[in-house]
Amino acid sequence: MPDETKQTAHKGQFVRVVPRHGTKLRLTIDGAAVEAVEGDSLLAVLLLNGRVVRHLEFGGEPRAGFCLMGACQDCWVSLGNSERVRACTTLAADGMVLWTNPRKDNVDA
Amino acid sequence: MPDVVIVGGGPAGIRAASILVEAGLRPVLVNEAREVGGQGYRKPARSLALDINALMGSEAGKYQRLHSLFASLRERIDYRPGTLVWGIHEKTLHTLSDDVAGTIPYDALILATGATDRIMPLPGWTLPGVFTLGGAQVILKDQGCLIGSRIVFLGSSPLLFLAALQYRRSGASIAAVVDTTPFSAKRAAIRDLAASPRTLARGVMYRTALHMAGIPVLDGATPLGIDGKDHVEGVRVKDSRGRERLISCDAVAYGHGLKPETQLAELAGARFRFDPDFRLWLPETDLDGRAGADLYLAGDGAAIGGADAAEASGALAAHALLADMGRPQSETELVRLRRQVERLRRFQKGLAQAFAWPIAQAAALPDETIACRCEAVTVGEIRAAVQAPLGPREVNRVKAITRCGMGRCQGRFCGPALQEIVAGACEAPIAEAGRLRIQAPVKPIPLHAALELEP
Repeated sequence: MPDETKQTAHKGQFVRVVPRHGTKLRLTIDGAAVEAVEGDSLLAVLLLNGRVVRHLEFGGEPRAGFCLMGACQDCWVSLGNSERVRACTTLAADGMVLWTNPRKDNVDA
Repeated sequence: MPDVVIVGGGPAGIRAASILVEAGLRPVLVNEAREVGGQGYRKPARSLALDINALMGSEAGKYQRLHSLFASLRERIDYRPGTLVWGIHEKTLHTLSDDVAGTIPYDALILATGATDRIMPLPGWTLPGVFTLGGAQVILKDQGCLIGSRIVFLGSSPLLFLAALQYRRSGASIAAVVDTTPFSAKRAAIRDLAASPRTLARGVMYRTALHMAGIPVLDGATPLGIDGKDHVEGVRVKDSRGRERLISCDAVAYGHGLKPETQLAELAGARFRFDPDFRLWLPETDLDGRAGADLYLAGDGAAIGGADAAEASGALAAHALLADMGRPQSETELVRLRRQVERLRRFQKGLAQAFAWPIAQAAALPDETIACRCEAVTVGEIRAAVQAPLGPREVNRVKAITRCGMGRCQGRFCGPALQEIVAGACEAPIAEAGRLRIQAPVKPIPLHAALELEP
């Protein structure tokens, strides 16, 4: 049965129900430190810690991916160094810097 | 020995590889994913403590057999995991693997590229928290995550009940399962559905299990929109009795069955025909999957048939390829495989009626609804373009004017809806609206990859 108290306290979109064992990784999302485990996709890291992956180039509305299998291209996220990757098919790596908003990314660059 | 290349590491691709290996060939198997199995038999990463047998349920045996078969082939094929094929030109595949561009020439090609969800736009469907139905299953198998804390399963697809049940068993809180097809359509499809009684029985079992778990299942409901400011807060539907209901949730798994991934088939030279049952343009093949000179299509990437049909059609494509190389194949085996594929695809045709593509929903979409999520093109912009004096009545021309289908996904997700909206706006039969053409690269690649055209 789902743990309602845990779920209402949950700040992310995704809910982890299967534990992952592996090396702990440290990343940042929009400057804030987050933890991940080796094997996590960037999309999982972003949506376990929040509800947005990127902001649309047209109008800036929030997006959080859609197909989750590399087809819709709606989860391209900025790594802050002008490099952009598809979050659902890219594995998290230690030290990665993720920006959900390109404007903040520009400030960083 | 001829260079035979298979694209796709799901049941169709693996089965094709096994037939070719038995015949003494060493095919190249290119797989975009890091693990084989395709989407349906996707293998969880080793670090994930997931009980895949429990999740696969009645299909666990098939899942294990396919992965054992691949393990036995692994050293006897040229396996290229994590490799995207982004273009095909003059019998050469253009690839990208770990950001390194490459080419693979071939004498004969088997494409087993699988399928994605078919989606009808809906007000609010681009909000964070709305995911495809297939994606909801993938994120559970691949990452051990649920798409939200309280979920609505919405649309019309045989996967609706299966996905909801897998989520329930994983501890999800499910607000409702909303099927947009009326139950009467399921009764009407029973003749085609009887082509696979075991699968039919399984579907009924899934539904019963959801009912027993106390999860509300709405039949024949009309979705009005997904509400929320910055993310999903609820789904508005009109139930089969015409009452409007707001179902509160923070995630929606949405889909209308599956649609073949035909981009590479098109680049390799396949021709397309409009299929009135699926209301989709599908590549033309013969019974064994031949789609042109040295080109063979198999699995859901050729025509939706499910995992069992994918395996059988993968075997058929490999047999056809060997026969075309001048190696006679067992006629008995060919007949058996053709019967199996035909039966399972007939079943899927029944499913396409029982879980219908919501044509009426397309006509009723408010103008401000986004049709193309890549380029943020609205339904109203498409209608206005079509209805302008001397406006276009064909989807590629509509794309040129509105940018619908011009974005990064190349019309994978807006394409089927664009056809309906264009046909509806000019009151023409759907086939006359045409089909969005595809170009390389079929998925975004870095510029350097496109420039490195020499191996």
